[in-house]
Amino acid sequence: MQLARVIGTVVATVKNDSLAGRKLLIVQTVDRNLEATGKPMVAIDAVGAGIGELVFWCRGKEASFPFKREDTPTDCTIVGIVDSEQHVTR
Amino acid sequence: MIIARIVGTVVSTQKDERLTGKKLLIVRPINVDGSDTTGYVVAVDTVGAGFHERVLVVAGSSARLAQGMKDVPVDAAIVGVIDTVDVN
Repeated sequence: MQLARVIGTVVATVKNDSLAGRKLLIVQTVDRNLEATGKPMVAIDAVGAGIGELVFWCRGKEASFPFKREDTPTDCTIVGIVDSEQHVTR
Repeated sequence: MIIARIVGTVVSTQKDERLTGKKLLIVRPINVDGSDTTGYVVAVDTVGAGFHERVLVVAGSSARLAQGMKDVPVDAAIVGVIDTVDVN
């Protein structure tokens, strides 16, 4: 899993039926000093995250596990919200 | 998932039988501001996307989870057509 900051949203009306109703957010992965690293990704939100929040996301097939429908086609899912930046111990 | 732009098509007659009837498109990953990056991916279209549209591409084994892709040998699938991208 990776720490990331939610930096934006994506709207897609036409999508695969198994993605219906899912919220799409853009996440920018951050390093241990909470500075941006790598390219932003589009993630599906499984926990109700919002813009600007510090979250952690899961890659690969495991990214589909949070959903009741385990056939949700995602390789990037937000699986947790960090309580606050003070909770990231470095 | 990544954001990509459709830049071409692929026609293949001789292929795995489970790929029969699937549309193959060449997509180029793009940045959130819409600018091009390098490289290409051949992806199976599951939504009826068109040339030059911005799309969502899911990679890896998750691509098989899209509706209609069960047990199909793919590692990249187009699962959405993007209307808007907002970055704060």
